[in-house]
Amino acid sequence: MIEIRKLSKWYGDTAVLRDCDLSIRKGEVVVVCGPSGSGKSTLLQCINGLEPFQQGDVVVDGIHVARAGRALPRLRARLGMVFQRFELFPHLDVMDNLCLAQRRVLGRTQGASEDKARVLLDRVGLSEHAGKYPAQLSGGQQQRVAIARALCMDPICMLFDEPTSALDPEMIGEVLEVMNQLAADGMTMVVVTHEMGFAHRIAHRVVFMDGGRILEDTETAAFFSAPQTERARLFLSRILSH
Amino acid sequence: MGYDWDFGFLVSRVKNGDETYLDWLLQGLFWTLCVALSAWLIALAIGIVVGSARTLRSRWVAGLAEAWVELLRNVPLLVQLLLGYFVVPELLPRELGLWVKQDMPPALTAIICLGLFTSARIAEQTRAGIEGLPAGQRQAALALGLTTTACYVIVLLPQALRRIMPTLTSEFMNIIKNSSVAFAIGVLELTFQARQMQEDSEHGLETYLVVTLLYVACALTANRGMAWIERRTRIPGYLGSSR
Ligand SMILES: Nc1ncnc2c1ncn2[C@@H]1O[C@H](COP(=O)(O)OP(=O)(O)OP(=O)(O)O)[C@@H](O)[C@H]1O
Ligand SMILES: [Mg+2]
Repeated sequence: MIEIRKLSKWYGDTAVLRDCDLSIRKGEVVVVCGPSGSGKSTLLQCINGLEPFQQGDVVVDGIHVARAGRALPRLRARLGMVFQRFELFPHLDVMDNLCLAQRRVLGRTQGASEDKARVLLDRVGLSEHAGKYPAQLSGGQQQRVAIARALCMDPICMLFDEPTSALDPEMIGEVLEVMNQLAADGMTMVVVTHEMGFAHRIAHRVVFMDGGRILEDTETAAFFSAPQTERARLFLSRILSH
Repeated sequence: MGYDWDFGFLVSRVKNGDETYLDWLLQGLFWTLCVALSAWLIALAIGIVVGSARTLRSRWVAGLAEAWVELLRNVPLLVQLLLGYFVVPELLPRELGLWVKQDMPPALTAIICLGLFTSARIAEQTRAGIEGLPAGQRQAALALGLTTTACYVIVLLPQALRRIMPTLTSEFMNIIKNSSVAFAIGVLELTFQARQMQEDSEHGLETYLVVTLLYVACALTANRGMAWIERRTRIPGYLGSSR
């Protein structure tokens, strides 16, 4: 479903992605981890064309992202993205946050959008909060709304960029629970996270990045029992000792 | 002090005509508001577009927008006005230039010049407002499939404009005050009328006192109006929108 081949990206002279290869099949949950600055967010943003890249190919559902041109917005709409800092639109209430792109991008009617929004709000356990503004919700609630907003677009794949790292510990669970449920329902997911417990339980594969390279792309069980590279081993021991 | 204040002269006739000095004043007020408000609309429309353009990824567009801002912001308003009045008509195609010189009301020249001048300032403020937003807002909007235009109109600008309401307010008050330069090209606005009244009536002190009060009243009304809009558009629970 997603094919990344020999992907490289530079900011000026500094390479942030080097020769990355990654392929994600339908229904797969892939966790991406690695130290800060290793290029995880950049990799995600190349998948939906938020960041341009200089070399290689990114193919999503048969479409080349770099050559999508005017079709790019449509393509992006089919990839749900969830951000570290939620990024709900603060000037719109929850319902409008959920309906906006459905109407503008998918051309759904207000009624159909609201029905869809209600179903998904219910799924993330927030039906009561449709009329509230983002700033009136807790971090965990905001992130669940953000997930619902992405799901409203009927995405073929969800991209998560550290969805729990801006949350207080007591709210991490509620967001991970929603993600568990999604995975159980068969959603294709690429998740950048440092939640190794979550990765262990849910991921089919773990991708380890460092210095813009994909150093490991391993089955979850194998990754946790015996990482292939020294760097991954070091990273794991450091993160698990926390 | 020994000055004999007399505001009664306001309702007396002017030297050569049927009007009273009060008529002149009201006419001045009308033209001041007319020039200021029209220029404000132009400034807002162009300023928001140019300010947004400055934050686009395209170097080309952003560079053009920057040139616009630097050009208009670094030439004194009065000089721009005189350029617009005396020089621009000469540069236009002959027919159009003639029309501009002979038939175009000077108020229109003033509106355009003041509007363009202020648009550069509003563009800068809009740009600062957009750049002050978290980068994730743009990413989130685009990731949902919105086009760049929709991203600006629906997501970025509503937030950025709320953030810059305080500076927009002072810009609005500025444009009322700045409209006084229009007297230099013969627009019958408040300042023009004040000079005329002073010469005609020999009540210069009273005239300037009244005109000053009128300017202050306009500025205060503008200020109150913007504060009202600011309150009306405040986002519930959002600290960034209150000062
Ligand atoms: N606009 C930019 N200009 C220059 N360098 C950038 C820019 N954006 C990111 N970088 C660099 O690219 C590298 C990869 O950044 P990226 O955000 O993808 O890392 P990350 O793995 O997501 O890190 P984190 O865990 O901190 O989120 C970093 O070294 C960063 O400094
Ligand atoms: Mg990151």
